[in-house]
Amino acid sequence: MMSALALLRRDLRLALRTPGDSATVVLFFVLTAVLFPLGVGPEPNILARIAVGVIWVTALLACLLSFDRLFQLDAEDGSLDLIALAPAPLELLVLAKCVAHWLVTGLPLIIVSPVLAIFLNLPGEGYPVLLLALAIGTPTLSLIGAIGAGLTLGARRSGVLLPLLVLPLYVPVLVFGVAAIEAAVAGLPARPHLLILGGLLALSLPLAPVATAAAIRQALE
Amino acid sequence: MDEFTGTALACVRGERLVFKDLSFRVGAGQVLALTGPNGSGKSSLLRLMAGLIRPAGGRLAWDGADIADDPDAHRARLHYLGHLDALKPTLTVTENVAFYAALRGHRDPAAVSAALAAFGLSALADLPARFLSQGQRRRTALARLLAAPAPLWLLDEPTLGLDAASLDALLAVLRRHVATGGRAVIATHAPLDVPGLAELRLGSRAP
Amino acid sequence: MHRFANPARFQRLAGAILPWSAGLTVLLSIVGLWFALVASPPDYQQSETVRIMYVHVPAAWMALFVYANLAVASAIGLVWKHPLADLAAKAMAPIGATFTGVCLITGALWGQPMWGTWWVWDARLTSVLILFFFYVGHIALTNAFDDPTRGTRAAAVLALVGVVNLPIVKFSVDWWNTLHQPASITRLDAPAIHPSMLTPLLLMALAFFGYYVTVLILRLRHEIVCRKLRALRLTQGMGAPAMVEQGGS
Repeated sequence: MMSALALLRRDLRLALRTPGDSATVVLFFVLTAVLFPLGVGPEPNILARIAVGVIWVTALLACLLSFDRLFQLDAEDGSLDLIALAPAPLELLVLAKCVAHWLVTGLPLIIVSPVLAIFLNLPGEGYPVLLLALAIGTPTLSLIGAIGAGLTLGARRSGVLLPLLVLPLYVPVLVFGVAAIEAAVAGLPARPHLLILGGLLALSLPLAPVATAAAIRQALE
Repeated sequence: MDEFTGTALACVRGERLVFKDLSFRVGAGQVLALTGPNGSGKSSLLRLMAGLIRPAGGRLAWDGADIADDPDAHRARLHYLGHLDALKPTLTVTENVAFYAALRGHRDPAAVSAALAAFGLSALADLPARFLSQGQRRRTALARLLAAPAPLWLLDEPTLGLDAASLDALLAVLRRHVATGGRAVIATHAPLDVPGLAELRLGSRAP
Repeated sequence: MHRFANPARFQRLAGAILPWSAGLTVLLSIVGLWFALVASPPDYQQSETVRIMYVHVPAAWMALFVYANLAVASAIGLVWKHPLADLAAKAMAPIGATFTGVCLITGALWGQPMWGTWWVWDARLTSVLILFFFYVGHIALTNAFDDPTRGTRAAAVLALVGVVNLPIVKFSVDWWNTLHQPASITRLDAPAIHPSMLTPLLLMALAFFGYYVTVLILRLRHEIVCRKLRALRLTQGMGAPAMVEQGGS
């Protein structure tokens, strides 16, 4: 447990020392979403119709940007050996890295998402559920992305390979994340969708670290 | 007692057989030097000893008990120093070493500063690691050995980039480790002046 | 050479099966196609287009069946470190991807006359599309490493992740489809199958299965030969006097 906390603290400290990295992700998120009105036209009704989907899809893509660094940097400088040799289950340490990843990428995305919602003319009823759905959904994105990051460690062109592996796995989060907010906008209960999102998180919380740890052990061998 | 042994070990990297039928024995207070030409499997053997690689054959045992039965306990008793220094450029020397100690469950600032002092790094303690020279980086990596206690040290070319004074510091640290019942396995080309030294020569060509 | 022993037993078994599976594939294809194209009646709703189903549906079945095979081979490769299982998984993935691709293309061909458009975001087609991406990712990961063993191991983990994830994807896509269902459209599957259609369907499915077995054996043989060649090259390399560091670091 102490090992996991030490790793979490170190990753957060590293992120704070180079704040540019997570700022880039947030900037990518905003810029990509801004391209949509330029692409489909500024018609408020059309924007309101696509707002939820655009926010979620760009959030997925922004998340992807940061994964190739999740383990790659530690693998390149040898830190990953030390982490794998720590007297704690590697699964727990992977979880700590996922938590750190979510805090430095997922959380900033949630914080700026209302700004994008304004840009895209999202109806007011959608805002609380937007934040809630992102808060439940983005940790799952971090957990699943970690699997991809572990699997592509040491691969050629890992930056291109990773989205290919991870994006199909993101489909359920996208579907239910969007469905929850659209239900709220339409005045329907968002609870069932949010519960399923929570279920996805509950499922990936134990399983994703197991798969990721297996992938990392293979990569170090 | 408390012997670290390997019996009839075989190691396969990718699809290549690196070595086979390799046996060793390191008791308390002993140092095993691994020598041999490049590609003879010194680094592979160290990674195998650390449990990073699973042996393709044979067994590793601590005090007679197979380490595969309790890998957590094995990881808890070893320090591994690889080719790479595993330093984060934006963290200070102290932070780098303290993180390692905390990762191994030890949060003792006094031990960290004593470790830095042993390798003559006290003056650099608050410097971010990106400003360090090659030798200073290696010394910082070595300081990890003292920041948290572990009976078994697995060192891959620890003397790489060290000057004469740092080499003496390393040997002094090793002698103290050995005198207190520690043991070490060291892949090196430099002669080591340490009591209880044994040598394991890895063959130039695999069968 | 050590544990990568020549899997002679597989070679003997494969040699015994191959002529039969190849012969049956040809025979069943001819008979199946004759039933599918000539001897079965057109559908009262779909008319002649229904004949695409005799390729489309078996391809969809095989796409799923091969994935199940892939998952089992991956699990065996990971747990028991059986080298043949790793190679089998590597050999299966492109075949599965091909079946998935055939399923998608025939789906589009069927959709054009039925829906008036090449692609409709039908729940089944969408799930198959994601399965296709999954296969492609698996193949890409297998081939992304300099050390082929690392590639097959990583791909095995991915295959098992897929076993957990793909049913969830299927469920979410079905859910998504009911939320966005525009009007009732003719679905890509016949609700009740008339016996006259069952004969060509089953014959074609068997033909596809025979094809799968045949190609799998051929690909596996190829992989085994490739591995032998690599091993040979490595032992020769080790005999050379000036050897430098090689193999994964």
